[in-house]
Amino acid sequence: MTDSRKTGTTPSRVVDPICGMVIDPGEAAQTRVVEGTLYHFCSDQCAEQFDRQGAASAPAPSAAAGSMPAGTGSAQDGPRELDLPITGMTCSSCVVTVERGLQGVPGVEQVHVNFSLGKAHVVYDPARADAHTLVAAIRQTGYDVGVSEIQVRISPDLECTACVGFIEEALRGVPGVLDATVSPGTDTVSVRYVAGQTDFGAIKRAIESTGYRAARAEAQEEPVDEETAAHQREYRRLMRKFWFAAAVSVPVMLVAYPELPWLYLPNLFLENVSERLVWWLFLLSGVATLPVMFYSGRQFFTGAWAAFKHHAADMNTLIALGTSSAWIYSTVALFFPHIFPEGTATPFYDVTAVVTALVVLGQALEVRAKGQTSQAIRKLMDLQAKTARVIRGGQEVEIPVEEVMVGDMVVVRPGEKIPVDGVIVEGRSAVDESMVTGESLPVDKAVGDEVIGATVNTTGTFKFRATKVGKDTALAQIVKMVQDAMASKPPIARLVDVVSGYFVPTVMIVSVLTFLIWYNFGPDPALAFAVVTAVTVLIIACPCAIGMAVPLSLVAGVGKAAEHGVLIRNGEALQLASQLKTIVLDKTGTITKGKPELTDAVAGPGFDEATVLRLAASADRPSEHPLAQAIVEGARSRGVEPVEPEAFEAVPGHGVEATVEGRRVWVGNAKLMERHRVDTTALDAAVKRLQEEGKTAMYVAVDGEAAGVVAVADTIKEDSIQAIRVMQEMGLEVVMLTGDNERTARAIARQVGIDRVLAEVLPEDKAMEVHLLKREGHKVGMVGDGINDAPALVEADVGFAIGTGTDVAIEAADVTLVGGSLKGVAYAIEISRATMRNAKQNLVGAFIYNTLGIPVAAGVLYPFLGILLSPILAGAAMAASSVTVVSNANRLRFFKAKSFAEQP
Amino acid sequence: MEITQILVNVAGLALIAAIVWYFWLYRKEGVQVAEVAGVQEVPITVKGGYDPDVIVVRRGKPVRLLFQRQESSLCSEMVVFDTIHRSAKLPEGETVAIEFTPEEPGEIPFQCQMGMLRGKVVVR
Repeated sequence: MTDSRKTGTTPSRVVDPICGMVIDPGEAAQTRVVEGTLYHFCSDQCAEQFDRQGAASAPAPSAAAGSMPAGTGSAQDGPRELDLPITGMTCSSCVVTVERGLQGVPGVEQVHVNFSLGKAHVVYDPARADAHTLVAAIRQTGYDVGVSEIQVRISPDLECTACVGFIEEALRGVPGVLDATVSPGTDTVSVRYVAGQTDFGAIKRAIESTGYRAARAEAQEEPVDEETAAHQREYRRLMRKFWFAAAVSVPVMLVAYPELPWLYLPNLFLENVSERLVWWLFLLSGVATLPVMFYSGRQFFTGAWAAFKHHAADMNTLIALGTSSAWIYSTVALFFPHIFPEGTATPFYDVTAVVTALVVLGQALEVRAKGQTSQAIRKLMDLQAKTARVIRGGQEVEIPVEEVMVGDMVVVRPGEKIPVDGVIVEGRSAVDESMVTGESLPVDKAVGDEVIGATVNTTGTFKFRATKVGKDTALAQIVKMVQDAMASKPPIARLVDVVSGYFVPTVMIVSVLTFLIWYNFGPDPALAFAVVTAVTVLIIACPCAIGMAVPLSLVAGVGKAAEHGVLIRNGEALQLASQLKTIVLDKTGTITKGKPELTDAVAGPGFDEATVLRLAASADRPSEHPLAQAIVEGARSRGVEPVEPEAFEAVPGHGVEATVEGRRVWVGNAKLMERHRVDTTALDAAVKRLQEEGKTAMYVAVDGEAAGVVAVADTIKEDSIQAIRVMQEMGLEVVMLTGDNERTARAIARQVGIDRVLAEVLPEDKAMEVHLLKREGHKVGMVGDGINDAPALVEADVGFAIGTGTDVAIEAADVTLVGGSLKGVAYAIEISRATMRNAKQNLVGAFIYNTLGIPVAAGVLYPFLGILLSPILAGAAMAASSVTVVSNANRLRFFKAKSFAEQP
Repeated sequence: MEITQILVNVAGLALIAAIVWYFWLYRKEGVQVAEVAGVQEVPITVKGGYDPDVIVVRRGKPVRLLFQRQESSLCSEMVVFDTIHRSAKLPEGETVAIEFTPEEPGEIPFQCQMGMLRGKVVVR
């Protein structure tokens, strides 16, 4: 084992090849030895990243700068300045810690940490310190530095490994760049840098100084694009193989059947085809078929062999066995016809060529269709904005979205896409969130409201503070969740797994038995029949159709749901959701909006509604009580603008007392009225009625006189009624669960059409109620918010969490409704049912195909009807069956749900 | 019955027996994983199967499986650990780590999405 090379200046230190941090080899968290070179890592994360990337893409294990081309990135004379954004500083005393940590770095001349900006201004000698050491020093103090990453495509193709080193070194010389890693395989370099300290121009110049050209890698959302590219490559590769096999198949077919004069090509040119010529043409076919097997059908043989080594067998095994046994039989029959009984020594090379061509074509079509099934997720990724308009140093600048940092002030103009998640700090607008939540109407947003990245601003202009960027944004979380869900398995697939484990060997056994039966009992030429039927059995069996049936439907269904803002966590949740019989809805925040709204304003004798409302709202204006706020907002939305009261006092537990336009106004409960001896008899009937409707009524008195009543209630979401009706039409029993008193609960239940109400349930008893409902023997789904209702969501068979803003990965939930609408619940159940139905169709189809196809291929119909399947037909059937499964799953993409049907 | 016919039948039946034995009855020896710096780490090559495909680990210690897929066939593009609800995409040529700490002795199976390729982690 060779030790790592040491850097010239600090012989006892080594550089982590991943993060570029300088560490003591003795303190390394992990080490790796690759091709005799020892690498040290500062942390487990770096080591993992190294493992993922492979040693090829990592730089040499030292900071050796000897290989640098002259003039690139070399240190400038004099001190250099750097602003480092620091995250995690919660108190002003942290400033001292960070400053002390930075001052301890050799070469640092001045440090100033600004707590309110969260930035460290460092002046340092570039000959003795660099960005990595500074960042490392900050990290050692327990804080972190805001770091961004950018992918840059390099052209022309990288040819030498030395160039990799040059480019990386040149980039590390750019101020603000922490690390650069070139991956030669994709011709991209990923540059980690301190956000705001460098720009693309500087990176580009550094790369160009090495003689290469740089371009922004278009594919920022690597994983999916990579996957698409991989699918496309695979598709093209398979199509090339197919065309080759097809080109060989045609002539081979045309010389394969001398006994069928109309199909035998030489008959066109010759009157009498001699037996010698037939033989030679067969030999030629056999030779021509070899490259078909080993080029077009190569993956069957390598796959079969790899599986065989693992004591496993798959579709490759069947095809490899089928095509090769056909070829071997033909060849033996050609050269040693006498060892076979009379009349059985007929070569059939065409089977090998045509079956290979057909199965390869099937695989190609399958790859393409598979790409379409996961189209939903690609659509989601494409939503990501490419650039953001950020305020930097008082100026509005447009930067790539990857450079946006938490805390940045982002400006959004009319019609623009919101780049990242954040909270509005200035301005207001309506935002079209349909792409994330499935909600078609734009949502009004004002100061303090959350905005979700990838949604589209409509007409207003606003500024917001970025709160989540990169992997933390709602969109990124959604994509991650959907990808995870697509990879999971519904329980129904476990049965399939058991079957597919036995399937292929069983087919092989059936094939041997078929051979023996035909050989022993078949008509002459028995051996030829035996070989053909045995080969046909191998070829017609399609384990792929069985294995793909469920996963493909799942991918299509989960993706479709995500398009409507319904995130299904995994296959198990999907299967259970399709079996639900009872849906429990939490009232507050689920059926209702969860915050009070003004519902009624009733005028007493001598007053009119508008006056009552204006006075009440004005009196309440300074109050922060949610009921008061509801009255103020309610008045505004009815076109009544409240004025600022001259005097104001909140009376806890009673209401408010204020002077508005010179009049004394009281707004509050009966106790407040009693206290001021206001006669409320004229209003009592109205109050009683409002209370019976489940509303909170407040008296309004002006100058000691009862003026009217305003009522506030937690109102029902616009689409709750429709969603509940859809659920009931689907045969679900809908139950309402609430902590409210029976009367209020009934009032709401009546409005939305729910018959069964569980009222006065304490929050801690919600899970118990769900448990009791489960005891009734049905699968129970629970809908609530992810925080207060978490235990009940977990207790339910399927927990649906109503999304809260940008936090979409709600732990307790099996299904997350990003949009917060109950329609999502109905939709989730509809799509789950459709998906499971689709999966079952696929499964049943695949099973029927195999259970019918294999016996027919074995020739069970021959004794009765004289029907015998040709191996070529079997190959076509097998290719068609897997394509059918994929296409059927693709149908889900066009699924139309009732719950979203009435939208424009 | 002629001698060749008898031979062919015997050979056929023997082949069936061989298939049953080789694919179903054969029991594989697991690979015992060594522990490095407190982590039980093992590289797994994905090419027409998982190599090694039976991995023996001790419970209570973190396990790190480093999958490297060396083929383009779509079958193996994902590895699924159903019982522990984990899965990972395996881009061709890249090493992907799956980490977990088994607490209970038993078996943790893993497979490709279609269940054609299988392996398991045996926890002792």
